[in-house]
Amino acid sequence: MRISMEVNGRGVEVDVEDRTSLADCLRDRLGLTGVHLGCEHGVCGACTVLLDGSSVRSCLLFAVQAAGHRVTTVEGLADGAGQGGLHPVQTAFMACHGLQCGFCTPGLVLTTCELLAEDPAPTAEEVRARLSGNLCRCTGYVKIFEAVDRAAELMRARSGTAAAPAGAAEDTR
Amino acid sequence: MTATDRGHRDEWVGRSVPRKEDLPLVTGHGRYVADIQLPGTAEVAFLRSPMAHARITGIDVSAALAGEGVVTVVTGADIRATVLPFTRFVDQEFTPPGLERAAHPVILPCPMPVLASERVRYVGEPVVAVVAADRALAEDAVALVDVTYEALPVVVDPVLAVQSGSPLVHDDITDNVQATFEVRAGDVDAAFAAAPHVERFNYETQRQAASPMETRGVLAVHTDVTDETTVWTSSQTPYMVRTRISEQLGIAEESIRVVVPDMGGGFGPKVQVYPEEVLLAHLARTLGRPVRWIEDRSEHMIATAHSRDQRHTVEVAFDDSGLITAIRDDFLMDAGAYNPFSITCAYNSAVHFRSVYQVPHFQVRGRCVLTNKTPNGPYRGCGRPEATFAMDRAVYQIARLLGLDPVEVMARNLIPADAMPYPRGMPYRDGQEVVYDCGDFPAALAQLRALSGYDEHARARQAQPTSTAVTRRGIGFASYIEGTGIGPYEGAVVMLDSLGRVVVRSGSAPHGQSHDTTMSQVAADVFGLNPDQIIFSAGDTSLVPNGIGTFASRSAVVAGSAVLLAGRRLEQRVRAIASELLEISAEDLVVDAGYVHVRGDATSRVSLADVYRAALPGPQARIPGGTEPGTRELQYFVPPTVTFGAGFLAATVSVDLETGGVVVERIDIIHDCGRMINPVVVEGQLQGGILQGIGGALYESVVYDENGQPLTTTFMDYLLPTSAEVPEIRQIHLATTSDRNPLGVKGVGEAGAIAPPAAIANAVADALRPLEVELNRLPLSPPTVIEAITRAQR
Amino acid sequence: MKAPRFEYRAATSVAHATELLAEYDGDAKVLAGGQSLVPLLNFRLSNPAALVDINGLGELGGHRLGADELHVGAVCRHREIERDPQIAARCPAIADAVAQIGHVAIRNRGTVVGSIAHADPAAEWPGLAMLLDAQFTARAVQGERTIAAGAFFDGFLSTVLDPTEVITAVTFPLPPVASGSAWIEFARRHGDFALVGVGAVIECADESITSARIVVTGVSDTPVRVAAAERVLHGAQPGEALFAEAGRVVATQVDPISDIHGDATYRRRLAQVLTRRALAVAADRAA
Ligand SMILES: Cc1cc2nc3c(=O)[nH]c(=O)nc-3n(C[C@H](O)[C@H](O)[C@H](O)COP(=O)(O)OP(=O)(O)OC[C@H]3O[C@@H](n4cnc5c(N)ncnc54)[C@H](O)[C@@H]3O)c2cc1C
Ligand code: FES
Ligand code: FES
Repeated sequence: MRISMEVNGRGVEVDVEDRTSLADCLRDRLGLTGVHLGCEHGVCGACTVLLDGSSVRSCLLFAVQAAGHRVTTVEGLADGAGQGGLHPVQTAFMACHGLQCGFCTPGLVLTTCELLAEDPAPTAEEVRARLSGNLCRCTGYVKIFEAVDRAAELMRARSGTAAAPAGAAEDTR
Repeated sequence: MTATDRGHRDEWVGRSVPRKEDLPLVTGHGRYVADIQLPGTAEVAFLRSPMAHARITGIDVSAALAGEGVVTVVTGADIRATVLPFTRFVDQEFTPPGLERAAHPVILPCPMPVLASERVRYVGEPVVAVVAADRALAEDAVALVDVTYEALPVVVDPVLAVQSGSPLVHDDITDNVQATFEVRAGDVDAAFAAAPHVERFNYETQRQAASPMETRGVLAVHTDVTDETTVWTSSQTPYMVRTRISEQLGIAEESIRVVVPDMGGGFGPKVQVYPEEVLLAHLARTLGRPVRWIEDRSEHMIATAHSRDQRHTVEVAFDDSGLITAIRDDFLMDAGAYNPFSITCAYNSAVHFRSVYQVPHFQVRGRCVLTNKTPNGPYRGCGRPEATFAMDRAVYQIARLLGLDPVEVMARNLIPADAMPYPRGMPYRDGQEVVYDCGDFPAALAQLRALSGYDEHARARQAQPTSTAVTRRGIGFASYIEGTGIGPYEGAVVMLDSLGRVVVRSGSAPHGQSHDTTMSQVAADVFGLNPDQIIFSAGDTSLVPNGIGTFASRSAVVAGSAVLLAGRRLEQRVRAIASELLEISAEDLVVDAGYVHVRGDATSRVSLADVYRAALPGPQARIPGGTEPGTRELQYFVPPTVTFGAGFLAATVSVDLETGGVVVERIDIIHDCGRMINPVVVEGQLQGGILQGIGGALYESVVYDENGQPLTTTFMDYLLPTSAEVPEIRQIHLATTSDRNPLGVKGVGEAGAIAPPAAIANAVADALRPLEVELNRLPLSPPTVIEAITRAQR
Repeated sequence: MKAPRFEYRAATSVAHATELLAEYDGDAKVLAGGQSLVPLLNFRLSNPAALVDINGLGELGGHRLGADELHVGAVCRHREIERDPQIAARCPAIADAVAQIGHVAIRNRGTVVGSIAHADPAAEWPGLAMLLDAQFTARAVQGERTIAAGAFFDGFLSTVLDPTEVITAVTFPLPPVASGSAWIEFARRHGDFALVGVGAVIECADESITSARIVVTGVSDTPVRVAAAERVLHGAQPGEALFAEAGRVVATQVDPISDIHGDATYRRRLAQVLTRRALAVAADRAA
């Protein structure tokens, strides 16, 4: 079946078998190998992508189901606005040693993005609960928690500075 | 930034520099084996034995061969003439004379087929390989293969396996004991005879799956033009993969290149060389197109080595003060259907059993027992968590019997600081006498005790010895010792490239341990560069001629030292060549920031690119007399023996008396890993290890039913700790410089994972006081905690 | 772990969905959130000829909270219910339970109705459906019928639904505003299926209990309502001792299975403890 969808901001068309998972389609057909497969039964979260902005397991979704939808993978996050062109969550994971082997990282980064979009200042308990669907075997999560806090700070700072010019303009009037 | 003249400064080593590895990994541009796409690649899926023990009476592949997209179907019979079975597994299998003399190991041959053709011995054993256009089609065809089996009696329990009349896993190993050894230190019998108290305890550490988030995977391609077979594999030991392929396919190692791309974790099971690696190399050579196999998680849970799974019977001789005078330990390790690692894990348990304690008289027998289960291999800690669980539970239990404070009893038995270096009267696995090199254990325990708040906790309990609260808090301690940086060697190449950059190549492939960052820190100090300027690569047998791998907390120690030594040699050579160019003595030159300049005069200089060119062969070469052209140094570091890391860990837990639920609230650890190359990386290693230890203490267990059917083949059933199970973790780093390697480091890769099960069990026992619970089997799942409480109440 | 071949059919209307199901005559499966079905396909434990995707049916989306009932369409996700603060205020047991289903990414996709149709005896929604006496609307080409929760579950992962029927919606009657409700469960890790879960609803008047409902999951092949324990509560004064007694009765009434995560004895014990705890919370919440 030929499907079209929006992947990382770009319209794409691909031919897929009905049974091809969205994960396999993204990886094998579109070369987006930042989508990792750790279990293919929905538990590990390594395959997490955002579907219309919400985190989903791409191993539990068929590519045909994504037709007409908007998919974001970790490759599509770097928005050029942050440090070195990275998304603040990516910057924070690097700064806080929030990854070792990096296999879980794309999923955790995307889950963090969704969390911070919903709640710019989550509590520690919220963070622990929210990340529990993304298994990491290397880090023991401690530095990932630090990375989420740092990312929240960076994003708040960013939206603060983005808002500033408008306010500044008002002052001068 | 001042350069010194000794060709080595301490500018980068010791600093938490950001990792060089991270940028591609956070942007999705890592390259794990499943990410490599070669045109024309066919995919492999395996038919694996559904039976724990059976004779294969027939295999019909005709329907599968006719399946859509099928390239070929391969059985054991098809490859009998061309692919040899595994008879050797790992290179450490060689028994050094020191070990031979002291432990008299008996190790029986137990060959493992690449594809089983006559008999299957565990659920998951590969029987047929199907090669097809893609993985889904390969799986479709696997379902069409028809294998008929004749069931054989199954042995699942290692205790029953050693009894006479048990079914045999390998007919010629008549008691299922594939490997055994016995060692003693001191005069155990006399010590027992003289002891005021003798007690016997049983301890059991469950079977676990290390569960790296990336499963295994192999991609192989053969290039006719160069007659070279390249194998990408998610392995901790690329050189061993090369050797096994060479031996089993009968081709020279020189025609095989094994590359480890980015790896999604290893933790032990990827040390082993597996049938899939050998078979894929064979298929690539015979089919003339790239072939790949990416293990899926349900395969991984049965086809990749499990670990732990030991049962100890421990007799302890002690006096009224809790001083332990002697221990006898007799234990079984359930090796599964083959025993690729021979006595590696079991001997580790033996040699680390006494941990940080004196226990002057000690005797231990270990037996590796065959059963109809997935083979057992190392997992982070490799035999040490099992031993520590037995030893530190025993300390707690004798304290309890004597009515003494367990932490006091721990302290009483410690090796005093002034006794260092401390010989243990038995050899390490490398055959060298075990001598703990350094450390002040009593001071470390005292420091941890203060940090953990144990004394306040004990006082509060004394004030109120019984409680009616449903949730109880406890604090438990455990210790660990760890021989790190085992040999035999590791190699490094340090060289200049044509642009004058410093290139470092290591034989030890990383899988999350930050080799690029830490080795670059080491090299950066030698050359006065920033770590970012060092070009690092590893995990490719074409880069360094020989190597071992990343496991056993050895890379920083052995590979790091090799980098340091090769780097120093190159630095000297660079100065020697520059001395020809600048016509000034090498002693008066300094290598810094990409140049070699005259000390005190940064303007009289040549660039490293100049040096590179000057060292090219030919009549214009400006190389020091008597040396070969070039700016490439290869150095192998052969450590004298291991260096010992050690530490203590305290767990604070709460226990729900009604549900048996245990929550780990806090872990405090004090550890000595020698000099730290990168403290943040060390912290990350510890935290990761600790959470794995918590998994082993409370959640993880590979379970088989009585027919040898595995019951935990998904992540729904095999429970890895999630972010919601993470306690607060506090760390105290001690950094006693090791004198067994030039960097002064000790390994830290496994340290965090060793003590948590013992500490958590001790904490649960502490929380349940005054009940005397037996918590001698892991994991402490809620039902087992309830069972222990119920038994104690009776 | 790649799914076996099937035909993917996207339904364009409920009627179309029923036609497709009829076309495959029992060999097609409804695809809702896929959070239970797709793992089964990936493990090749299920091998349907076709999947009928109902996710595109806007008419089956959303939920509606009325004065005394909650109406949930067939493609309403767990997360949508979780994020409606009015549901939490009106019937806290629902909020307690839904927050414990898997993880956010699972709840973003998995549906309330899919969970009920899947009928996992450890799952939250089947338990809530029993607790609140939910009514399911099922459609087939032949017509529509309403099935009560109490008559719906007939075994492990098994219901009275015909394979050619699709559930279009579920209606949960809500207990009176003055009642208290709670859902308490015990799982090995955060987000796991519970070993045992207990839902309780209590209404009180004049210091005594006028109505009580108790449902236990994870102790049988379907969620179970424990009438004998409810009877203990009727007319009695709420209190720890009474709730403990109800817990003891629950323990005598259930006959749990054993599996690797907990044997029958342990599950029975959990049912007892959690019943007491759920009743205490529910009573606390009753006005
Ligand atoms: C990691 C993980 C953890 C989870 N943890 C939990 C948990 O703790 N608690 C819990 O309750 N669940 C849990 N789940 C399951 C999840 O809640 C599922 O969403 C739910 O069980 C099924 O809903 P679904 O919409 O995904 O249904 P699907 O998977 O699409 O379908 C499930 C079954 O129901 C049928 N079906 C679906 N919709 C209809 C319909 N409208 N009419 C007729 N038949 C229909 C399907 O044909 C299929 O047989 C977990 C899942 C995962 C992957
Ligand atoms: S691969 Fe999708 S959740 Fe693990
Ligand atoms: S960094 Fe390796 S799994 Fe998370």
